Amino acid sequence: MLLSSVAERVYWMARYIERAENTARIILVHHNLLLDLPRHVEFGWEALVTITGNRERFHEHHEEATERNVLRFLIADHNNPNCITCSLAMARENLRTTRAIVPRSAWETLNDLHAWTRDNLNNGLSRRGRFAYLRRIIDYCQLLAGKLSGTMSHDQTYDFIRMGRNMERADMTTRVIEVRASNLLPSINEELKPFVDIQWKSVLDSLAGYQMYRRHVHVRIRGREVLRFLLHDERFPRTVHYCLGEVEQCLRGLPGNEAALRVLGRAQRMVREVDVTEILSDGLNSFVDDLQQVHTQLHEQLTATYFQPLDGQHPGLQAVSA
Amino acid sequence: MPIEWKDYPGDGSYDELITPGGNARAAARGAVRYIGSLSDEDLRERRDAAELAMQVMGITFTVYSEGEEGGIDRTWPFDIIPRILSAHEWRRIEAGLQQRVQALNMFIADIYGEKKIVRDHVFPREVLAKSVNHRSQCEGIRPPLDIWAHICGSDLVRDKDGTLYVLEDNLRVPSGVSYMLENRLVMKRVFPELFENYSILPVDGYPTRLFDMLASLSPRPADYPTVVVLTPGIYNSAYFEHSYLAQQMGVELVAGSDLVVLDDDCVYLRTVGGLERVDVIYRRIDDLYLDPEAFLPESVIGVRGLMRAWRKGNVAIANAPGAGVADDKVVYAFVPAMIRYYLDDDPILPNVPTYLCMYKPQLEYVLDHLDELVVKPANESGGYGMLVGPSASKKERQKFAELIRKDPRNYVAQPTLSLSTAPTLCDGRVEPRHLDLRPFILSGETSHVTRGGLTRVALKKGSLVVNSSQGGGSKDTWIVETGDK
Repeated sequence: MLLSSVAERVYWMARYIERAENTARIILVHHNLLLDLPRHVEFGWEALVTITGNRERFHEHHEEATERNVLRFLIADHNNPNCITCSLAMARENLRTTRAIVPRSAWETLNDLHAWTRDNLNNGLSRRGRFAYLRRIIDYCQLLAGKLSGTMSHDQTYDFIRMGRNMERADMTTRVIEVRASNLLPSINEELKPFVDIQWKSVLDSLAGYQMYRRHVHVRIRGREVLRFLLHDERFPRTVHYCLGEVEQCLRGLPGNEAALRVLGRAQRMVREVDVTEILSDGLNSFVDDLQQVHTQLHEQLTATYFQPLDGQHPGLQAVSA
Repeated sequence: MPIEWKDYPGDGSYDELITPGGNARAAARGAVRYIGSLSDEDLRERRDAAELAMQVMGITFTVYSEGEEGGIDRTWPFDIIPRILSAHEWRRIEAGLQQRVQALNMFIADIYGEKKIVRDHVFPREVLAKSVNHRSQCEGIRPPLDIWAHICGSDLVRDKDGTLYVLEDNLRVPSGVSYMLENRLVMKRVFPELFENYSILPVDGYPTRLFDMLASLSPRPADYPTVVVLTPGIYNSAYFEHSYLAQQMGVELVAGSDLVVLDDDCVYLRTVGGLERVDVIYRRIDDLYLDPEAFLPESVIGVRGLMRAWRKGNVAIANAPGAGVADDKVVYAFVPAMIRYYLDDDPILPNVPTYLCMYKPQLEYVLDHLDELVVKPANESGGYGMLVGPSASKKERQKFAELIRKDPRNYVAQPTLSLSTAPTLCDGRVEPRHLDLRPFILSGETSHVTRGGLTRVALKKGSLVVNSSQGGGSKDTWIVETGDK
């Protein structure tokens, strides 16, 4: 028997851990990208705020998207519930209440990471300390995922962790595609042509997919191929296709899954049927928008079916999601 | 340097392990000799090992503090020198507690039923009328087996002359039993050699007994019952215990929002597979927050409709709502009379003599002797709102005299007991520290008393306050077979 509240908490725990990891990774990649671009190119930090879906919230509190403003906002800012430290705090709260169910050593690792991230914040904000700081957050999140996968029974509870992780991954992948691919540079002019490749590489890097892309797809980086890879690849664990497949596997083993499977099927069909060449020349934005809408519906359906089997009460702990 | 028990600085109180002459009491002989032979370094190492074990096992309680989100988990100070009682003495205590809880349960059932004890003028009606723990919502209800207080934690203290008194009976949501269990595990890790040569009665059967007792209350005895532990949530100071007991019993730990009462007046658990019927709730939430429909409407930690389901007999609740009516310092004074009235028996364990300010002559006595007495409000727990006469200033005593005159029903007074001590490791030295003892009594089809209980110790020199929130710690409690009858 799995309590709805426990299912919801571990689902959110997994989402928040994944969110922290993804946020750390895109900051790291962006940081590297900026170092590669010519100095006079106006390519600021705003894109990061957009990718994480926090534009409005950011501008409520900041006039300018300066490096420091954006970094603080994404790493540790109480006005941003999706910042790294807030995500880790929420993951921790959700795990704290399910300690009896999730392996003890995972709790200890998360607890550690949460405290360390907070205590070493200045390293994350400084240019010099940033790489090591973000790297460590990413590594610890992976360590956590490993502990959960390697020391916890792969039962229904674990399925909710897996669904949370993959829902968040799919979400991040579509966001990165939307912002990065549709608006690669402020305007692509002659001078910046050579840098287009670098940017596509950073798209892959943002999703930790560069190496696998080169191995399995192509040595050369081509926009169309990258997009196809991120949407369709069957073996890389952060592609939209792969993440939705993981969610499907979990759902198949759960009771009362019809409604959720229907929504999921719609998302899978959209991804399967899309013509990458076509949307790349026109309509990428509306495709991603539609995809994100279905993604949200899927989350809502999971919530309605499993977390609130009877009415609208929220047993779990969650911040406003983006 | 090994401990020289002859130099053990007794402070005039009764010591549980050492006689005034510096000898070990019979039941403690082996442990005292052994601990006495250890070097300072040995002792320190064992203490560190115990501390580490506590941390690793995650034995914590929650403390609120300002500026922290929610609360923080702390490990509870633990002293490695056990408190030891002989099985011979314990058998008498056990019988006394069973007798007491039986009478208390009969009293609660009577109060919500026929009220014979009031009609027969053994228990005054006005005490009932002013009781804050009396729940009119429970009138006329008859829970399974007529038992209301399924889990009782009674606090025992020992005075100078060695007499053991019952200080109070906790009938609402008594806590501490998880520490009793964990303390024993820690001791086995730290002093395995002592367990080899001693016959110490085991305590680890408690979760099983608790589960069996709870399961026996199920309204659907034919099926395997669904039992849950209902917690107010992670910010409750006893959350560790709630989670621990649920885990040990192998049942779900739930919050109010996990439960729902439907139109059929049954209680259900929200699971990913839909709703599942609940048979027995071990609740660790106070009465008033249990059901916003029946009690405080603003409660967000309770379950709407729970009282309806309970009244209909569709779910069992332990302890039963309203059981706290007997958990009141005025009612306490009547327990010996209850034992005589319901059981036609003399109390085996004495009450601390208690003056009830509601009676004029006793009120006069209390006001005249404020400098010797401890004055307590009837319904506070955790040592709040008390006056300790001998250590209070004249001004404080005057203030209290006024409070008492204004609301005499709300105050009782007792002579100041000195509380027994036991050797405790303090800054590397062994010194006497005051302590009490909370055994737990389970009542179902049969009744069961834990073998020992939770010994709480005031770690500050001279202090009589054993509460965890105020500098208290705990010790393992050993009931030891000595061979005497």
